[in-house]
Amino acid sequence: MTGPAVKGDGEVGEERSETSTPLLEVSDLVVHHGQLRALDGISLRVFPGEVYAIIGANGAGKSTLLRTIAGLHHPTAGSVRFDGKDVTGLRPERRARQGILMVPEGRRLFGSLSVHENLQVGAAYARPGPWTIERVYQMFGWMRDRRNQPTAQLSGGEQQTVAIGRALVANPRMLLLDELSLGLAPVVVQRIYGMLPDILATGLTVLLVEQDVSQALRVASHLQCLLEGRTTLEGRPADVTAEQVEAAYFGLAPAASTGPAGEGSEP
Amino acid sequence: MAWVNAIIQGVLTGGLYALFACGLSLMFGVMKVVNLAHGDLAVVAGYVAIGVIAVTHIPVLWSFVIVVPVMALLGYVLQRTVIQGALDRSVLTTLLVTFGLSVVIENGLLQFFTANSRAIGTGLPLVSGSFKIGSQIQIGYLLVVVFAVAVIVLLGLQYFLSASRYGRLIRAVADDREAAQLAGADYRHVFGIAAALAFGTVALGGIAYGMYSQLSPTTGTDTILLFAFAAVVIGGLGSLWGTLVGGVVLGVAQQIGAQINISDELLAGFIVFLAVLVLRPQGLITRRAQS
Repeated sequence: MTGPAVKGDGEVGEERSETSTPLLEVSDLVVHHGQLRALDGISLRVFPGEVYAIIGANGAGKSTLLRTIAGLHHPTAGSVRFDGKDVTGLRPERRARQGILMVPEGRRLFGSLSVHENLQVGAAYARPGPWTIERVYQMFGWMRDRRNQPTAQLSGGEQQTVAIGRALVANPRMLLLDELSLGLAPVVVQRIYGMLPDILATGLTVLLVEQDVSQALRVASHLQCLLEGRTTLEGRPADVTAEQVEAAYFGLAPAASTGPAGEGSEP
Repeated sequence: MAWVNAIIQGVLTGGLYALFACGLSLMFGVMKVVNLAHGDLAVVAGYVAIGVIAVTHIPVLWSFVIVVPVMALLGYVLQRTVIQGALDRSVLTTLLVTFGLSVVIENGLLQFFTANSRAIGTGLPLVSGSFKIGSQIQIGYLLVVVFAVAVIVLLGLQYFLSASRYGRLIRAVADDREAAQLAGADYRHVFGIAAALAFGTVALGGIAYGMYSQLSPTTGTDTILLFAFAAVVIGGLGSLWGTLVGGVVLGVAQQIGAQINISDELLAGFIVFLAVLVLRPQGLITRRAQS
């Protein structure tokens, strides 16, 4: 239990799961962008209530992984199971209606719609649950005051918050957050990640992709590092050392002896 | 006074052109489809109206109650099948496919209805009649009604797009299809609804044109589609009210051209169209108002 941070799948599951079934299970996922093998056999299991962070450098395949889970890319091999059901062949909108909601990289708000209309679109296919537009307004008072403004008039951090709100009002069971910190000032990033506990308290599970490793380590309950489409490190933040993370992140020699060796021993 | 008359006639004809154009603009704005069969569909609507009137004996003016929903349904179905299939390949493919659709429709109409022109005869004094202002200005009731219908249609479209659930989804999908999918919206269904609106409006245009003038199987491409294009480009792509502005500018240009020389009517319209394309390619109304 105390030894290496990299563990086999079964061991990790035993250690983390409160219930025995993971909410999200990705198995041996392979995704190609044309000739490029963007993901090369990625597996992960996210259990209810976790904050699962995928870290890695540019081009490691983090966003591709998240987009494939959301249904925006089609894998050449492997499967995505959500709540025990195979969703690999489902379109993104079907997955969203089942409760997999993604906050895409770059926020992607609807530019010709107001703040309120963005939230209304988010709520158009909402599952029943605790989140409503009213609740989002209670959480962020400024948003109610500026509800009729076009989103282009908001700052980057405000836009990111609206993007999160747009996903929340659909009452996700699993929230996929793609590079929340991108293009935002550190203090704004802190504030946005500071909202996570409140959001988690409503009973959802978070899978996030983050280039900012220290930020990811602060919020995550579980960590997985990708490098060139493969897993180089996996474990609880408390169990991994900064050196291991650095090595896994950049693909340095020490990681090659601990990290991938552990991966290689998997079936 | 003859000039004032020409301008009034031109403005009123602009309403008819807006009915031709707003669906074309909507389909381009939402799904980036340039529907080359748009005009032919207006002609189909006109022929369907003639058939419906002959069979059911409903009052001519009420034929739209049947024809518009039928055309809207056809729009949804065509979008979900043929046009979506083309869209999945590339935007260029939609040009080829809608061009093919146009050819098929035109030849189908020729086959079944011959090349003879037909009018939607109303026999109503309200439609064929006119009123005079002074001695020189004569205004047909039909054009006034059509202009009013165009304004009502545009107001209705604007209200639908800005205030209804599906209107919001149409704008969201037009902004960012992928982000809309991530919110649970099936963009194919939303496209279908936008096409239904487009086909419904052009059906009104086709019926109105059948009452105002005459329909033949080639009217769709040689008149309606051309005028719709000109109105959309003059008014500004993607702008709803721009289609009315464009239609009015086109109509006025045509009437003034006809005033100079009766054979210059079409030429004058297209010279303005060309001038706008060269001098102000973004169109007269630049802000993407509501669509």
